[in-house]
Amino acid sequence: MTSDPPTETAPPASGNLPEPIVVRRGRFSPRQRQRFTRLIQYAVFVVIVGLVAVTADWNRLAESFFNTEVIGELFPEILRIALINTIVYTLLAFAFGLVVGLILALMRLSSIGPYRWFATAYIELFRGLPALLVLLAVAYGFPLAFPNLYIPGGGYGEIALGLGLTAAAYMAETIRAGIQAVPRGQMEAARTLGMSHTRAMISIILPQAFRVVIPPLTNEIILLTKDTSLVYILGLSLTERELTSFGRDAMTQYVSLTPLVMAGLLYLVITVPLSQLVRHLEVRTARKVGSVQH
Amino acid sequence: MSSTDTGRSPGTVQTDDPRSLAVRIRGLRKSFGTLDVLRGIDLDVRYGEVVCIIGPSGSGKSTLLRCTNLLETPSAGRIEVLGVEITDADVDIDAVRRHIGMVFQQFNLFPHLSVLDNLTIAQRRVLKRSRQEATRIAQENLARVGLSEKSQAYPNQLSGGQQQRAAIARALSMNPRLMLFDEPTSALDPELVGEVLTVMRNLAAEGMTMLVVTHEMAFAREVADRVVFMDGGVVVEDGPPSEVLTSPRQERTREFLHRVLDPTHLTRDELTGEEATTDSVAS
Repeated sequence: MTSDPPTETAPPASGNLPEPIVVRRGRFSPRQRQRFTRLIQYAVFVVIVGLVAVTADWNRLAESFFNTEVIGELFPEILRIALINTIVYTLLAFAFGLVVGLILALMRLSSIGPYRWFATAYIELFRGLPALLVLLAVAYGFPLAFPNLYIPGGGYGEIALGLGLTAAAYMAETIRAGIQAVPRGQMEAARTLGMSHTRAMISIILPQAFRVVIPPLTNEIILLTKDTSLVYILGLSLTERELTSFGRDAMTQYVSLTPLVMAGLLYLVITVPLSQLVRHLEVRTARKVGSVQH
Repeated sequence: MSSTDTGRSPGTVQTDDPRSLAVRIRGLRKSFGTLDVLRGIDLDVRYGEVVCIIGPSGSGKSTLLRCTNLLETPSAGRIEVLGVEITDADVDIDAVRRHIGMVFQQFNLFPHLSVLDNLTIAQRRVLKRSRQEATRIAQENLARVGLSEKSQAYPNQLSGGQQQRAAIARALSMNPRLMLFDEPTSALDPELVGEVLTVMRNLAAEGMTMLVVTHEMAFAREVADRVVFMDGGVVVEDGPPSEVLTSPRQERTREFLHRVLDPTHLTRDELTGEEATTDSVAS
């Protein structure tokens, strides 16, 4: 500070260092402020939970949600018929949707225009329509329009088709994205080794694409599991009922909410492990994909 | 097309007899939309020859290489490879490609397969070799590139240099008559370049016909029989490395070599007048 540096155009000398930046301090530090707001949040949350716990009529709730007598009546049919049917409908629709979805995805990526147009039109159509409408059309509309039409598998075939047609559109888009996520160099490397386009697709591209696509496809199974509830509209026979229609019938029969609660819990028995699986797979895929190029 | 190789006699065949040529390109043009990348290329590669293609980024050298096995479809011109005119639309290009090995800048190993399976899958699916035979040939080629211990590893467990050597071994397992290299060391850390270039030099010494797009001037000088300098979609200069790299006849070749060999001492004109010479991600 003692010597005044020459105010020439010369570059800053050692006595002319830039001044340190100034950070003003408020009354509370950011950390203190954060602690305070969090405290208020906790307090509000505890008050609300406490109010609900105090005002609720717990006996009444237990009576209607978990009526043990009604629960006893539901078993074992709710497992033997309803749960099994839900799973079977889901798997049938998924299998149908997967096959059609794969074909549509390949058509969508084809170099042949009409294939692409058809696949695009299909996907837009069935993603835009409510699944319930498609299901109704297949189960009631088709037999009216084509009296001689025979859908293999009877009721099971109708449901696989009615739900699978919509699922195929979603899965096609997922699979297409998976195929496109495989770097172009993979196809080029396969082709330079003399593989045909089809051979390269089967041996090189699809195995990599499916690895990427397994988590979203598992998600699709979860959505399909819930969508099987739509078949209640079809007027199923006693042994064809799935969880929702079974629960609804039992609700009317026993005049109780409990059957629906039980049906709901059984849906969760299917969907919660699946979504945990999806999360696990996503983490694994992210790690794998991330480590391919380093 | 027999599998025995009769054409490997480097240096002895000097005629323009078409039968001595592994690659014969005439009047090759390629445009992407309105962009003319190749504007009339003539190029011959004799059997047993190592030809290095050099040139600034965007000069069309990678596109030229990729036309040689029809990864890019030429807009015009004629390409004969291993005695087959591949620009003839009736030619089964898959049948030709199995005789042409290609090595990419990004390696392009198949990440879902072990190194061994990377080397055997095309042998088995394309050449219909038995599992035992394909494995034997794969092991031979892994030994050739010094990766015998890595046959069970997956590509993501290998260093970049090891991946590229595995990719070379994969191409060699098809017993190609011609090898194409598209900037094989450009994606590698500097300390890993040497191991890949050594493998390539050994391959050249064994008499393999090689067409190499590269920025490695030392490699071109030592290994190449001919160096081709490309700029703006044409071949500017073509000759032995002692001529093209040491005493180039063309001004453009001189400028390019100056920029590549002494990159920290460019003149102000060179900085402002020309576009960047650093190679961005190819194609």
